[in-house]
Amino acid sequence: MEENHSHEAAVDVSPTRRKFYILLINGIMGVIGALLAIPAAIYLLFPPKARKGTQWVKTTDISMLSVDKPTEISFQRTRADGWQLITEKTTAWVVKQPNNQVVAFTPTCTHLGCAYHWDDATHTFICPCHTSSFAIDGKVLGGPAPRPLDRYEVKIDSGVLEIGPVEPHA
Amino acid sequence: MNAFRNIIDWLEHRTGLETAVRDFLYEDIPASSGWHQIIGSTAVFFFIIQVFTGGLLAFNFAATPGDSYNSVRYIMTELTGGRLIRGLHHWGASMMLIIVVLHMIQVFLYGAYKKPREATWMVGVVLLLVTLVFGLTGYLLPWDNRAYWGTVVTTQITASAPVAGPYLVRLLGSGDGVSRVTFSRFYALHTILLPPLVIILIGIHIYLVRKHGVAPAVGDTAPRKKFFPEQVFKDTIGVAIAFIILFTLAVVADAPLGRLADPTDTAFTPRPEWYFLFLFQTIKFFKGPLEVLGAVVLPGVAVLTLFLVPFIDRGPMVRLGKRGLAFGVVILSALAWTGLTTAAVMTTPPNPEENGLATTDVETGVQAWQSLSPEELEGLALYRKEGCKGCHPGGGKPGIGPDLTKLPAAHRTAAWLVPHFKDPSKIVPGSSMPPVQLKDADLNALSAFILKLTPDNESSIMGAPDYVVQGALVYQANHCNSCHQIAGVGQKIGPPLDGVAQRHDRAWLEQHFNDPQSTSKGTSMPAYKFTAEDMDAICKYLLQLPKA
Repeated sequence: MEENHSHEAAVDVSPTRRKFYILLINGIMGVIGALLAIPAAIYLLFPPKARKGTQWVKTTDISMLSVDKPTEISFQRTRADGWQLITEKTTAWVVKQPNNQVVAFTPTCTHLGCAYHWDDATHTFICPCHTSSFAIDGKVLGGPAPRPLDRYEVKIDSGVLEIGPVEPHA
Repeated sequence: MNAFRNIIDWLEHRTGLETAVRDFLYEDIPASSGWHQIIGSTAVFFFIIQVFTGGLLAFNFAATPGDSYNSVRYIMTELTGGRLIRGLHHWGASMMLIIVVLHMIQVFLYGAYKKPREATWMVGVVLLLVTLVFGLTGYLLPWDNRAYWGTVVTTQITASAPVAGPYLVRLLGSGDGVSRVTFSRFYALHTILLPPLVIILIGIHIYLVRKHGVAPAVGDTAPRKKFFPEQVFKDTIGVAIAFIILFTLAVVADAPLGRLADPTDTAFTPRPEWYFLFLFQTIKFFKGPLEVLGAVVLPGVAVLTLFLVPFIDRGPMVRLGKRGLAFGVVILSALAWTGLTTAAVMTTPPNPEENGLATTDVETGVQAWQSLSPEELEGLALYRKEGCKGCHPGGGKPGIGPDLTKLPAAHRTAAWLVPHFKDPSKIVPGSSMPPVQLKDADLNALSAFILKLTPDNESSIMGAPDYVVQGALVYQANHCNSCHQIAGVGQKIGPPLDGVAQRHDRAWLEQHFNDPQSTSKGTSMPAYKFTAEDMDAICKYLLQLPKA
């Protein structure tokens, strides 16, 4: 059956009721929107909870290193990559100081993450990408690098260099 | 405010957007419209929630079997708010289906599918089916046992369809069982094909509702009213109530995530999601060659009947009070559904989820850890040293890896465990466990230890004191088991050492190790010059051994 499509103007609610309805519609939808948007923002922006203490990796015997001569060493480390624990090859530039302390730099330039290398002739670390250069203690000597080379935490246990997490930089 | 008005005016002039929105909102609806018609809007709202939360989940989801499980666990345990987002998506799916069915029941009872609204109804039935396919495909994606085995059953049902069965199964990529291909196809359906399909269908559905107007009650001749704001307000209240229920569910009840799917786990009783349980139960009534009736023919006829309802019931619209037959159909269907679902729940045994609390054998006062052999204790030492606890925390606590006390029977053998230690992802595709780099003898000890674990003895065994573990290590390192026996393991050339504390004391033991001849004349035992530390460990260990 066809219903009668009346063409007379439809009745509207009174202006006060109208205001009340619109206020509640916007209010309720606003609250629901916030209850969805806030958890979503937290979910996307908060870093994942740390899985466990970062592993320390035994690398080289420090007697193998010569003083003030940076050496690139490579080692395997296991880290959380999203939902996977991956074991990957990582490198570090290590420098043995005269007092037998060892500094280990992360292998990438602090500018845009290119791999740098040690240049014996100029006695500096040089990044090939934008010619940033760093002193043997990691300080910026030139180029666009914004901060000194990042370091790994290190400890020496009965003559063996152990490399830990990357030190937070200022 | 003026600038805002200007932007609106500009948009209106270029696109007509404001007029379109106004036309939509100020639609005339019958005076008899009201609370009973809020369910459709709520269904649309729930679809939006599913798209929103589904998109968020996809941002952290690995779309391959195995890895998908790891990523869902990661979402639930490591991402802040991940538990809530997955809860909203999981419970939202169930609620979506309830709302769609309620919407359908309302339309059915009011007879709103009658001429000229037959097409609106039929599109609605298709939307219900698509909602079910959404549920079915989404069910597999977490790739836990529940997902895997549930899908095994559904694809087997599909296979039994007459003529089309084998082709459908091939289309689902499950010709040789639920596979990686099945997973990819379900994922593609769930996230790529179905969402736009639903958007198009909802568009057509709403277009048809607008074209024919909201169905008025019989004899409603009162002046029509506007959709906005009164009816929109009522819809909003409906949406709010449903949302409060959903949000509470998501906060209170975790979406389930069991063990990683294991095709060899014979202890797991597969079951589909609750809204498919009635079908699951129906099939049980049809034995042998008749099964195809219950699995495919009957549901097929039911869906076809539902689809053709407007052509079966062609009479004019009548008052709600006079639709006794329609009420009867709804009530009978509801009863049948409830009965079948209840029967399915009652007859499907729950999957074991028990907690073990007992740690001490009350009769003898012997702690569970005291009954471990030295090799098993060595395994415990390795468990502690290799950091196994990081992923298998024990105590029923959730971890990245499975609960070691609840390994499926097929994995409870050294023949499975040892190769698994060596190359986990080769044995369990998608496993994120790193290889355990130990000698074979150590791997054997580790597996011997794991095989000993049960939910009942776990907390005791895990709590075995350090001195016992150290002592057992000394015992193992010196191959004492070549002559002695503890807990039934080892040779009997020398005396068994169970309960040795009843025969000898600490001083005697130390003397015996240092110079066996001085304590036991003529013994073939050689002298053992232990360090003070090892001597302490092995003596303490031996002296706590219970009687056999």
